[in-house]
Amino acid sequence: MTINSIQDQIIDEFAILGNDRESTIFYIMELGAKLPAMAESDKTEDNIIKGCQSKVWLTADTDADKVSFNADSNTDITKGLISLLIRVLNQQKPEDILSADLYFIEKIGMGSIIGSQRSNGLAAMIKQMKMYALACQAKLQMQK
Amino acid sequence: MIQNANIKSSFDLKLIRDQFPILHQEVNGKDLVYFDNAATTQKPKRVIEALNKYYEVDNANIHRGAHALADRSTRYFEHTRASICQFINSPSEDQIIFTKGTTDGINLVAATFGRANIKKGDSIIISHMEHHSNIVPWQMLCEATGATLKVIKVTASGELDMNSFDELLDKSVKLVSIVHASNALGTINPVEEIIQKAHQIGAKVLLDGAQSASHLLVDVHALDCDFYVCSAHKLYGPTGVGFLYGKRELLEEMPPYQGGGEMIKEVDFAGTTYNTIPFKFEAGTPNIGDVIAFNEAIQFINELGKDAIMSHENELLAYATEGMESIPGVRLIGTAAKKVSVLSFLIEGMHPFDVGMMLDARGIAVRTGHHCTQPLMKLFNIEGTVRASFAVYNTKNEIDTLLEGVAKLAKMKQSV
Repeated sequence: MTINSIQDQIIDEFAILGNDRESTIFYIMELGAKLPAMAESDKTEDNIIKGCQSKVWLTADTDADKVSFNADSNTDITKGLISLLIRVLNQQKPEDILSADLYFIEKIGMGSIIGSQRSNGLAAMIKQMKMYALACQAKLQMQK
Repeated sequence: MIQNANIKSSFDLKLIRDQFPILHQEVNGKDLVYFDNAATTQKPKRVIEALNKYYEVDNANIHRGAHALADRSTRYFEHTRASICQFINSPSEDQIIFTKGTTDGINLVAATFGRANIKKGDSIIISHMEHHSNIVPWQMLCEATGATLKVIKVTASGELDMNSFDELLDKSVKLVSIVHASNALGTINPVEEIIQKAHQIGAKVLLDGAQSASHLLVDVHALDCDFYVCSAHKLYGPTGVGFLYGKRELLEEMPPYQGGGEMIKEVDFAGTTYNTIPFKFEAGTPNIGDVIAFNEAIQFINELGKDAIMSHENELLAYATEGMESIPGVRLIGTAAKKVSVLSFLIEGMHPFDVGMMLDARGIAVRTGHHCTQPLMKLFNIEGTVRASFAVYNTKNEIDTLLEGVAKLAKMKQSV
């Protein structure tokens, strides 16, 4: 699936929740609970995303011509947030990740749900994922 | 859920709540439940009005002005000093120094009394439950002077280990700086005993009163503490204002804190002589408007009476504690026998940040995190807690709302 078709799917899912804030946050937490576990050995200081109040670990590598992400967090809501980003950007080509416009965040009203501090954290996660995409792109070009 | 959430008839909560405009609003479609009072309390209308009136009618720089406005603002400013003096039973008004708040007061003492009296080989005692603002200024002083910082142990229930204090107390100790009531746990510390023992070996005692001034009867004369610091915004007053009380002989001996206007007697390029206390420590134009408005907060407390406030808050704390203890999956952090109205807790398997956000969805404001007490959190081997802290305007119905929210979260967590 393309980045945008996954985003549209997420927008539809959140629309079902309506405006109920509690259910929406709980849904995000449930998404986090479903995120595949990260190896404890990957939860290093180096893999922590700077700029998040909670601890968020993120790793990435190339998988054929695509980028594969793995993440974890010490809080369920943050884990839910990174799991949404992974759902959209995992197994996509580096150039598509780099040019992606993640409009689903605004469409589902994420800013007002999670507040300004966590929104800054979310922006830091996206920035880090794009940095990884850039590194993977360079790695793939060297392999050619 | 606990029933019979009746408001005490002798204490008219509706009238009290009517004085706080901010409480009457919805957050996320729910009635606001404000339980973040240990971080800052809300302000009664009379405080807000006093601040407005100052800028609309009385604004002028204080002291030395030869005109009517300066005279008025000076008088109102000094009225607040007199009210504080009475509020904490200071022997005289000039022993009350205006500061920016508790942190500023501690830094003032560290930079003046500390620099003048603490040398290499000396030591300072604090406790494991201190706020960072009662740790870092002393660490900085120790780094600069070569003195040693010693830490009183804290027990599993969140009380000071007084045996540990006795062991640390020796002739090298020049100062004991201790929190009167813990912001993270609510524990009320046995400061009378600490002061008495410290004085026996000639050490001075500073009390961090950030959490005690609004919840407890504070009598600095009876306590015999050497310094007492607190912040106006923790007791229904404005932010950016606080005060330091000090014993006269100490304040008079201490060198000035900052140099500038107001703190001088005479300035000459050959040398400057300093003003008397309290002005020696009040360089520059102070936060006049907020100091004046602070007086209204003190009068608000005085009119209600500390006894009535304490009785109401104790009832809220007991009610909330009992309710929390009955929820499976909830763990209380800080179960001291004597507490101010602070309730720190955790929901099993849930990060405090997540609990805070979920409660916010129900309109409930709590604080989450380490509460600026990282060493204490490390001691309990936790990253932080969820903290609900109650003030005079809170109700049992609001506590029911909190308990319902927490119970639902604890249940939800078990189902994930």
